[in-house]
This record gives sequence, C-alpha cells and structure tokens, in this order.
Amino acid sequence: MYTKEQLYEFLSHIPDPEIPVISIQELGILRDVKWKDDAVVVEITPTYSGCPAMKAIEQDIIALLKEKGIDKVEVSQVYSPAWTTDWMTEEAREKLRKYGIAPPEKSTQDKGSITGKIRNLACPRCGSKHVEMVSQFGSTACKALYKCLDCKEPFDYFKCI
Amino acid sequence: MDKNAALFNYILRLADTNLILGHRLSEWCGHAPFLEEDIAMANIALDLIGQSNSLLQYAAKTEGKGRTEDDLAYLRNEREYFNSLLSEQPNGDFAFSIVRQFLSDAFDLHFYEVLKNSKDEMLAALAVKGHKEVIYHFRHTSAWMQRLGDGTDESHERIQKALNELWCFTGDLFEMTDSDKYLVKEGIAVDTNLIQDKWLRSIDEVLEKSKLSRPADSWQQKGSRQGIHTEHLGFLLAEMQHLHRTHPQATW
Repeated sequence: MYTKEQLYEFLSHIPDPEIPVISIQELGILRDVKWKDDAVVVEITPTYSGCPAMKAIEQDIIALLKEKGIDKVEVSQVYSPAWTTDWMTEEAREKLRKYGIAPPEKSTQDKGSITGKIRNLACPRCGSKHVEMVSQFGSTACKALYKCLDCKEPFDYFKCI
Repeated sequence: MDKNAALFNYILRLADTNLILGHRLSEWCGHAPFLEEDIAMANIALDLIGQSNSLLQYAAKTEGKGRTEDDLAYLRNEREYFNSLLSEQPNGDFAFSIVRQFLSDAFDLHFYEVLKNSKDEMLAALAVKGHKEVIYHFRHTSAWMQRLGDGTDESHERIQKALNELWCFTGDLFEMTDSDKYLVKEGIAVDTNLIQDKWLRSIDEVLEKSKLSRPADSWQQKGSRQGIHTEHLGFLLAEMQHLHRTHPQATW
C-alpha cells in the first residue's frame, strides 16, 4: 500500500496533455490525493470551465494508478478555490518560456494583466517587449495569440486568470 | 416552499442559458469572418458549455433522482428549458451574434459578481470561476461593438439594427419567479433588480464609445422563467438532441 505522499509523487509527473513540458502538479490542476478505504480519491480542478483536457487528464490519472496496481480510483473535480495562474511555480514559468509560450503575469491582483495592459510581456523567442496582441483567444482556452514586432514571430501567451 | 425544488429550478435557469448560448455560438465554428474570430467564438462557446456542464451536474445532484447532466441536457423538452429568450435567438449576421453576446456578457458580469457571495457554496464557487471567464468575453464583445459601431456606414447600420431587434428580449434576463425571490431571501440567489442599473451603465458606456444609441424602452417579451419560449428554441433542441435521442444508451 502506497502512502499519500508516494501517490502524490506519482501523479505529479503526469504531463499536461496540451502543454506537455509542464506537469499537472506544476500547473496547479492536481489539488489532492487520499485513500478512501481501498480506493484512491484524486481531486483535480479545471483551468477553464470548458477545458477539454480535463477528461484526458482524468484518464491519464486512472491509467497511471492502474499501472501501480490500484484499480479503484475516483477522480473528482473541485471548484473552490478557483484555479488561478498565480499557483504556477517560477520553474514552470521558465519551462513555458523555453517551450515558446509567454508565461502569465505573476499576480492576478495586478488588474492590468486582466484588462489587457500587460507590462512585462516579452517575446519568448527574442525577449523583445515590442509585441502586439493578435487575438485574446488562442489555440487553447488558456492562451491568447500575440506577435513579436521585432523578430516577427507569432507566439502564445498563457493568459492570466 | 421546497428549498431543494427551488434550487433545482434556479440552477437549471443558469445552466440552460449557458448551454443554449454556447450552442448558438458553436454554430459559428468554421463560419466566422476570419480564423482568429472563429477560434475566439469557439473558445467562448467552450467556456459557456463547460460552465453549463458543471451546473447541470450540480442540478442533477440537487434533484437527487438519479438523472445525469446528459439526461438533463438531451432529454428535456422545450417547456422544461428555462434559458433566457436572448440566448436562443438565431445567429443572424455577425453583428447580430455579437450584440446578443455583448448584452448577455454584460449581464453575466454583474450577475456572477453578486452570485460569488451566495450562501450556496457550490454556486458561489462556480460564480468565481465563471466571472473570471466572462471578464474576457465581455472585453472581446465590447471591442467588437466599437469596431462595428464606429466602423463603416454598413457595419454601423447593421449593428444598430441588431441592437434594436434584440432589445425587447433584455427584460426577460431580469425576470424572477416566486421561488427565485424565496432563494434571494435565503441569501442564495441574485436579486436581479439590484444589478439592472449596473448592467445598463456598462451597456451605455460601451454604446457611447461605439457611437450607437440605446433603443427606447418599449414592449419586453418575457416568459422564459415559466418555460415559454420563442419559436426558435424547439428547432435548436431538435438539432442538439437528435443524436442522443437516436442512440440513448450510447457512451464514448
């Protein structure tokens, strides 16, 4: 029988299905794991209400625990506290940048990041702050589309929420 | 009054409006004026359908009769749906869809702000999440109101016409039944009378920047809180529910 800590350690390596360079733990989606009699209960929280990756994440969790010999798994979604990009670690932000996605502003308390006046947004490729928004909505619910006016490359920005 | 029945009905109202509006928006997928806007509309649709999914799950649990969110979405008829009349209006042209979305976003913005403090923990949690998403939606549709309203003569004319046509469905957004009023007293539901002025101010601010004029107050079509809809909902449900009703036991 695995301890709660061991289970958490296993699950924390599951990559996000849409941004595989970071794990569901680094993203803040994995909230808790515990034993309930002979079943394992995993609590996850959705990034956006309609995020289609949640179903894939659920299946990944069930598959991984099955590999470890645990057949009874319950994955439940928790809504409070609501997911926020503030939970993302500095390390995860750096991984995103290297992957070509501009990481979210550090704090949602800074209203500028929500109203669109993002102060520190830089192109993840050349580092220029001379950038322009193309669309508030990008390839996934959590991203917006930008372009760099210096290196001319388009890039995704992980929206602050 | 049966609190559980009142709550079930109230959750359905919120879930249905999101589902129907999300479905309408999804009809634009592959048809929007350009690629980025196609993605934007599909993204907003996804948020709304996602919010509806969580709400319908909660409604099913509240009802406690073993129904699932899919049963509620796919096996209820028109008169058992409580979505707003605004949400079910057909897409029309792009300007028409933008105005429908804008009026609805402005409502949600203020509605969720209050619902965040609901004594019902689940509704409060879903409101916090929904509110974050709606801020983005409202920004998007406000920007389009300005681009079209303050654009060419034709875009201005079309969007003003859409606003004039849709205005008669806005009063319905604020309708409350006796059971809603009971839930307001219990600290669970939102008293829509208290958000109407704020909603109007948000609308006016954007209309002014967009060089558009707010239609004069006139006849308001209501009835959605009693399940009485415009003719369009039946057609929408027929399409949305067709597959599920044809293969009722099918699962992925």
